[in-house]
Amino acid sequence: MISVERLTKRYGDVPAVHEVSFQCAPGTVTGFLGPNGAGKSTTMRMICGLTPPTTGSATVKGVPYRRIANPGRHVGVLLDAAAQHAGRTGRETLALTAHTIGADRDRAARMLDLVGLTPKAARRRVGGYSLGMRQRLGIAQALMGDPSVLILDEPANGLDPEGIFWMRGMLREFADRGGTVLLSSHLLLEVEAVADRFVVIANGRIAAQGTKAELLAAPDGVLVRGLDATALHAALAAAGLDPRPEGEGAFAVRATAEAVGRAAASAGVVLLELRQAGGGGLERLFLSLTAGTAPVPPPAGAPAPAAEEALR
Amino acid sequence: MTATTAPAALLAPARPPLGRLVAVELRKMVDTRSGRWLLVLIAVAGVALMPVVLFTVDEPDQSVVELFVASQTGAAILLPVLGILSVTAEWSQRTALSTFALVPERNRVLTAKLAAGTVLAAVFLVLGIAVAVLTRALGGALGRSGGSWSLPASLVGTMLLFTVLMVMMGAAFGMLFMNSPVAIVLYFVLPSLWSTLGEMIQRLKGPAGWLDTNRTLDVLTQEGVSGGEWARIGASLAVWLLLPLAAGAVRLARREVK
Repeated sequence: MISVERLTKRYGDVPAVHEVSFQCAPGTVTGFLGPNGAGKSTTMRMICGLTPPTTGSATVKGVPYRRIANPGRHVGVLLDAAAQHAGRTGRETLALTAHTIGADRDRAARMLDLVGLTPKAARRRVGGYSLGMRQRLGIAQALMGDPSVLILDEPANGLDPEGIFWMRGMLREFADRGGTVLLSSHLLLEVEAVADRFVVIANGRIAAQGTKAELLAAPDGVLVRGLDATALHAALAAAGLDPRPEGEGAFAVRATAEAVGRAAASAGVVLLELRQAGGGGLERLFLSLTAGTAPVPPPAGAPAPAAEEALR
Repeated sequence: MTATTAPAALLAPARPPLGRLVAVELRKMVDTRSGRWLLVLIAVAGVALMPVVLFTVDEPDQSVVELFVASQTGAAILLPVLGILSVTAEWSQRTALSTFALVPERNRVLTAKLAAGTVLAAVFLVLGIAVAVLTRALGGALGRSGGSWSLPASLVGTMLLFTVLMVMMGAAFGMLFMNSPVAIVLYFVLPSLWSTLGEMIQRLKGPAGWLDTNRTLDVLTQEGVSGGEWARIGASLAVWLLLPLAAGAVRLARREVK
């Protein structure tokens, strides 16, 4: 359980994080999304008691992080995979963590095996590691104390596709056993497949949060395609809906799928397709929520041909 | 949320005991390439001075005391660098992130670092005694050493204190500046600069006798320290050890760990 209450961090007059609130429940993976510099890392450091917040508070398992006597045994933290002593071997890095938190010594070897670092790689100095290897080492380090909460900042960064796939499985399993996971990324694709909930942050503020379904329930309407476009248009117009042409024989309608389906059925029009609009799904939503001064991709209502043109 | 009078805390499992933190900090000082080389260098410096004493000092003056004091030169000069690095590396290598995520009570990590430096000073002290006795025996066999075999416990004590104080000064400088090159350079330059000024400028001569650690601490490497000398040691340490240590500890407690 992680609870963040109106966390705010200002550097001088510059607000890095502004009134950020969210909760991560046990048994879930929360994807913490936002572009680089949005305030994800600052928020995570504040949760872990490493950055003092200007105002607001955060608790892990019901208490402020710094009030946990032996935090390594409750919370697995990976805030920056690059933050390891270059002159220390991977194995020694884990052994130090095990020593500090009083974890079982053989656990280091098991964790290295779990994250896929070979004994040979573990004997090498971290300075010679690739970013992907450092991420694996960092994840092993976070898991050393057999925690029930994981706080991982950009853990997929630098991992190869196989590594990302492995990490997804590991995090899913961790959450399914009742663990709480907070996982940040600037790439939606990395977390979309594994996260149950999303917290989207932009310019230090929460832009949106909720489950995938909740986020997509934004009133984008549906896309409908019929065998006879003219008849479909007439049926929809007759039902008081406002069909806008969207590609060949298809219409975008700001209504529920049920309303569109009923209108078509009552007119006896054969439907070929009826689905939620906004083909980009979460990705487009993510971009539109986080885009600052950058050009916002066209929303669902914009002329479709232009958007399709841009994609080609 | 349950209403509790005391601030909520998660007390089990217990926090790592200080002894374990000292062991961890000691391990961190010796398990990196730079740390290991420094230790090798200190050991080599201690041994390398033995033939120098053997072949340059007059026969009756070649005592165990003389050799022992010489054996500690390397430790007194270079062990503080290890003390500096043990603090600054947390920032330059950014290991502070995991160190303080695992042990949020930063002052306990600091205490452990100081204690670990003390342990290393004691190890080199014991090594130094062994090297001094062996060299005296060798010198006797070669007919070069004729000095006393005795080694007063008080001198061993003040010598250990000397090295420990130097290590702590190093750690304090490391904490104050939190940057390896700056801390190392200032640690060596500032006291020497003060010594030089104290000798050059007439009006500084008086205060220098109280505030120049190069002068006040020197008596610790000799037998018998008087009450007045202890007072000078205390005064100089207040400026060069306690002040940076206190300021550094405050800085460490407040600094944002990135």
